[in-house]
Amino acid sequence: MEPFTRLDGLAAPMDRANVDTDAIIPKQFLKSIQRSGFGPNLFDEWRYLDHGEPGMDNSRRALNPDFVLNQPRYRGAQVLLARENFGCGSSREHAPWALLDYGFRAVIAPSFADIFYNNCFKNGILPIVLDAAAVDQLFRETAAHEGYRLTVDLDSQTVATPGGERFTFAVDAFRRYCLLNGLDDIGLTLRHVDKIKAYEEKRRKSEPWLFSALSVKR
Amino acid sequence: MSAQTLYDKLWQSHVVHEEEDGTALLYIDRHLVHEVTSPQAFEGLRLAGRRVWRSDSVLAVPDHNVPTTGLPKEHSGAQPDEVAEKIYQRWFRSIEDPVSRLQVETLDKNCAEFGITEFRMGDPRQGIVHVIGPEQGATLPGMTVVCGDSHTSTHGAFAALAQGIGTSEVEHVLATQCLVQKKSKAMLVKVEGGLAQGVTAKDVALALIGQIGTAGGTGYAIEFAGSAIRSLSMEGRMTLCNMAIEAGARAGMVAVDDTTISYIKNRPYAPKAELWDKAVAYWRTLHSDAGAKFDSVVELDASAIKPCVTWGTSPEMVVAVDGAVPDPAAEADPVKRDAIVKALAYMGLQAKTPIVTIAVDKVFIGSCTNSRIEDLRAAAEVARGKSVAANVKLAMVVPGSGLVKAQAEKEGLDKIFRNAGFEWREPGCSMCLAMNADRLEPGERCASTSNRNFEGRQGQGGRTHLVSPAMAAAAAVAGHFVDVRDWLLTGE
Ligand code: SF4
Repeated sequence: MEPFTRLDGLAAPMDRANVDTDAIIPKQFLKSIQRSGFGPNLFDEWRYLDHGEPGMDNSRRALNPDFVLNQPRYRGAQVLLARENFGCGSSREHAPWALLDYGFRAVIAPSFADIFYNNCFKNGILPIVLDAAAVDQLFRETAAHEGYRLTVDLDSQTVATPGGERFTFAVDAFRRYCLLNGLDDIGLTLRHVDKIKAYEEKRRKSEPWLFSALSVKR
Repeated sequence: MSAQTLYDKLWQSHVVHEEEDGTALLYIDRHLVHEVTSPQAFEGLRLAGRRVWRSDSVLAVPDHNVPTTGLPKEHSGAQPDEVAEKIYQRWFRSIEDPVSRLQVETLDKNCAEFGITEFRMGDPRQGIVHVIGPEQGATLPGMTVVCGDSHTSTHGAFAALAQGIGTSEVEHVLATQCLVQKKSKAMLVKVEGGLAQGVTAKDVALALIGQIGTAGGTGYAIEFAGSAIRSLSMEGRMTLCNMAIEAGARAGMVAVDDTTISYIKNRPYAPKAELWDKAVAYWRTLHSDAGAKFDSVVELDASAIKPCVTWGTSPEMVVAVDGAVPDPAAEADPVKRDAIVKALAYMGLQAKTPIVTIAVDKVFIGSCTNSRIEDLRAAAEVARGKSVAANVKLAMVVPGSGLVKAQAEKEGLDKIFRNAGFEWREPGCSMCLAMNADRLEPGERCASTSNRNFEGRQGQGGRTHLVSPAMAAAAAVAGHFVDVRDWLLTGE
């Protein structure tokens, strides 16, 4: 996973509450068995005028001119501004994969859905919770100034505006550590192999029924 | 020790290691796997040269992509392996979409390679992952259960800590048998009183979400308690816990009682003989202690809950069937007003339209929320001797598993549905998310027993109204929403 330290990126506004994972990446694209390549279908139903299916040449599809990310001024955006409960709905990790593949490395919102929030960290995307008033302000400033950029610094846990204003955000120490260092969770967990085995032995004795093997035979 | 909540007990008994900031390594007892969120996880293991830590804790089943039609006729439920294999091959090849087929095939290959138990297509036990886990006794009280699917919360009905996870976590659990997680806050949802006839667990779930919103449970694990919950069957409890995620909570749970224990007894993977007694003794401790502290408490009066119908594009956009579509002009909050306007436009609805005047084009009875035998019985009860209205283009019933289907056929429910003009399909997720061939066309309006009414969920441009099975069947017969309570009362 790519470490996340500091990001100075163009901000783009997604001004709707409860943006769900079906909207972020519609289900027909979940059929892929890969982790990459979802970027062109991020927000597919809002972004294009026609109905998208896997395998289409997206560069030839008609774009919806009313969809915010299609505006030239937001091309290359890396910071997504969002509203309450962003990423609600399914557990599909295809949602953060699509955001990442598109180029977003940070999402700022007043609140996120739990599983989505968690999935972001696993993929090197930083979800940032700021209070609703601060998010409102960022939305206003983004709309008012073309080329509006935000500087996200994970080390100091701040978001800085071009005007020099700073907002601090909270993040779990452990998640921050992993993201700053681009650490693979599995590798980290496997440092505790002995503890896992000891735990297993204990439960094998106290709750042996949990360890009866499943089998396909009837 | 101070009084503990059920969630405290489940959490504490699974902590393997804890970091200073409270991030814990949580041991996972049961891992359920389906074809959509697992391929990249297995691929990750292969690339890193890692093994599956405990393959005997994993149960896999394809469900999202499987077709609900085209099962070869020779399929009889219990056939010798060679016949089953042939049926499997033929049915599998009949999946028209090559990408869907590849996903199912990839699951089969991964399970074979990593030694994982899988109920393949055509196996009479195959079905929706959240239906088969409990049905097989693979979900037990006191377990931690995960699956790369948000509706894993369903299994919490068994006093299990059951949570949906992302694909990276699927890989993590496969490789380490653990999940890295911080403890959530605990919410108690107390539902006291009796539910009126025609009011179901689905309506309780929708009423709750209508009250606290789709983000109301974010950051919480919900425990459902109170007399109304205790009087629910296990299937009703599963429906309720299934929808906990729609309230924003990662997990929903219900304490163990006699209902739980008698449901589990004699299930194929349930403990037997002395192990059974030992297990039951432990399971009996799985409830919140008197005086346990919750971070938040929500109370619902069961007798005040009516059959619910969603009108918008989020499960919180819900009203009672005797209500009307809301008027955005009456909403003071501009963000909410805007959401209502957008939802009404998408749903093709006018403000203040009475719910019972809304006509439907399709009806879907199925999904991990409402496709168990009691759901089908409730729907059949309404459909018996009636016919699907002329304006309804398709009314389909998709049982949650092969075993649910077999049981329904034994009871003659399939005939009731067929005689009334419903289609009787093979088990799977089907039109809950329309990854297979079952879907809504743009603009079509559907009464659905599933759990999500998001834009495009059941097909691009499709308009979903979430309801209970009886309400869905009644809408199919009437051609528009009706208050099923009136029908049940008059015995019409
Ligand atoms: S039935 Fe629907 S909600 Fe349930 S697992 Fe399948 S797709 Fe998900």
